Amino acid sequence: MSLPPTLAMPRFFLAGDRALTVEFGQTIDAPTNRRVQQLAARLNAQRGDAIVGVVPTYRSLTVNYEPLRISLDTLRAQIVAYLADEHVDTAPARRWLVPVCYGGEFGEDLQTFAATHDMTPGEVIALHSAPVYRVYMVGFLPGFAYLGDLDSRLHTPRRAVPRPLTPAGSINVGGQQTAIASVAGPSGWYLLGRTPWRSFDPQREDPFLFAAGDEVVFTPIGDEDYAQRVAAIERGEYLPQPLSSVLEDER
Amino acid sequence: MSVRLKVQSPGLFTTLQDGGRFGYEHLGVPPSGPMDSIAHRIANLLVGNPANAAALEMTALGGSFAVVGGPCAICVTGRVELLVDSPGEAQRELETWRTHRLTAGSVLSIGYLERGMRAYLAVSGSFVVPQVLGSASTLTRAQLGGIEGRQLVAGDELPVGATTAAVGCRTFPRELIDTLYGTGAIGVLLGPQDDYFSAGQIAAFLCAGFKVSAQSDRMGYRLQGPAIAHRDGADIVSDAIVAGSIQIPGSGQPIIALQDRQTTGGYAKIATVIAADLPRLGQYQPGQIVRFAALSIDDAVERWSALEAQLADFALQFGVSDTFS
Repeated sequence: MSLPPTLAMPRFFLAGDRALTVEFGQTIDAPTNRRVQQLAARLNAQRGDAIVGVVPTYRSLTVNYEPLRISLDTLRAQIVAYLADEHVDTAPARRWLVPVCYGGEFGEDLQTFAATHDMTPGEVIALHSAPVYRVYMVGFLPGFAYLGDLDSRLHTPRRAVPRPLTPAGSINVGGQQTAIASVAGPSGWYLLGRTPWRSFDPQREDPFLFAAGDEVVFTPIGDEDYAQRVAAIERGEYLPQPLSSVLEDER
Repeated sequence: MSVRLKVQSPGLFTTLQDGGRFGYEHLGVPPSGPMDSIAHRIANLLVGNPANAAALEMTALGGSFAVVGGPCAICVTGRVELLVDSPGEAQRELETWRTHRLTAGSVLSIGYLERGMRAYLAVSGSFVVPQVLGSASTLTRAQLGGIEGRQLVAGDELPVGATTAAVGCRTFPRELIDTLYGTGAIGVLLGPQDDYFSAGQIAAFLCAGFKVSAQSDRMGYRLQGPAIAHRDGADIVSDAIVAGSIQIPGSGQPIIALQDRQTTGGYAKIATVIAADLPRLGQYQPGQIVRFAALSIDDAVERWSALEAQLADFALQFGVSDTFS
């Protein structure tokens, strides 16, 4: 098969007798992640008794399959055939403007975090809310969105002692990544703020807000605005929405 | 009034589990479902349910359940003592791996597990609870599914579904149980990141016995044993975790991911438990020693195929349609 010269053939690994991992590279970067998403979309369209599930991550994806319905060789051949038809992805992405109340009770690590970087809290907020982040993957917990492309001036090793419980909606920084926490859970990351949005809500018609490949921009809001939005969400009057699709060319 | 099972004492950790919640792993939702899919399926088949119907998974200790509002047919699988108090009758012991009809007012008492870690209680017609993302399985970590996303508590009432056909008295042949589960070391396939370990360390992993620690649950088992060293560090760029993934964190102490696992993880995975041995692994108790043996993919699929064929045969005998788990 012929791949464009820049698109190297991925490596295949067995993840047990019912899962196959397709690895496109070893790094966290948007082009690699787009290849992952493209293959995931094609395999997901085939989901059923044979291809049971597809788990796309930063730079690889894992196909859970039923070996009594599709053989490993057939599955691998099918993936190779898809890759022969791979193209540079120009699919439109959804862009979310996510409101965040930084600092105070919602971002209890902001002061310390700023101090370790010799910055003011305002400088941290400005750097953190400037980029257009890509959702590289959703994983760990339901709806938990991992965002890449954090400004290198904010890279910070994880906390030595993780917190056993951090709130849903926390906007966290750990290592070279930032994330939107979906449900309450343990975390060793720094808590910079919180969004009134619930990125996972099983009661909502679409329980998940973010999908891999989406784009996220953080918009700082104040305490009062935060409280009003939480109340509006609880009353069912405010449903978080993405902006209309943004084309690849404009990114 | 419809038939219900009323929880009098809930045991240590009892949750509702069906065949699993599939198709949401890319959104961070693990499949959940039974830790021992063999016992879960057979309990359902014996009461005439689809193999993947919702049943109770009990951990270490059973609990007691009253039949309210009408009679029902039940089956308990697992190595436990099963007692029933029915109105106007002396308490009597019931066989496990067998269907029983209980009258309204009966109270079922299920003791501590004599062997293994989990027992299942299925009722003909299954339990009627709202499906969340297409499944009744409970994921307590995200308060999802089951009864309000949590373990059962005393006073919970579980509505029992209507049954269309009368359920005969069925027994699963006891001599088949050990054949289904297999014995000896737990089979694994090396990888997907076995290249993070030297041949010597892989050999050490396959020779050693590891103790299942007390910090083990439906999410996964933390093991204690000789530390397994990485060539250059434990961290990978986070990728998918599957049922049976064996991660080696920096401490060198393995963690096996199970039904309620996180869907992604950042530690190198030395090996993956084969599908056919996951039900047996799901019965390991804290303190028990687990050993691993490396198999080829062909042998692993052969074992899985044999297990599925046996269960399908059994389902056929009773005219019940089995489904792949």
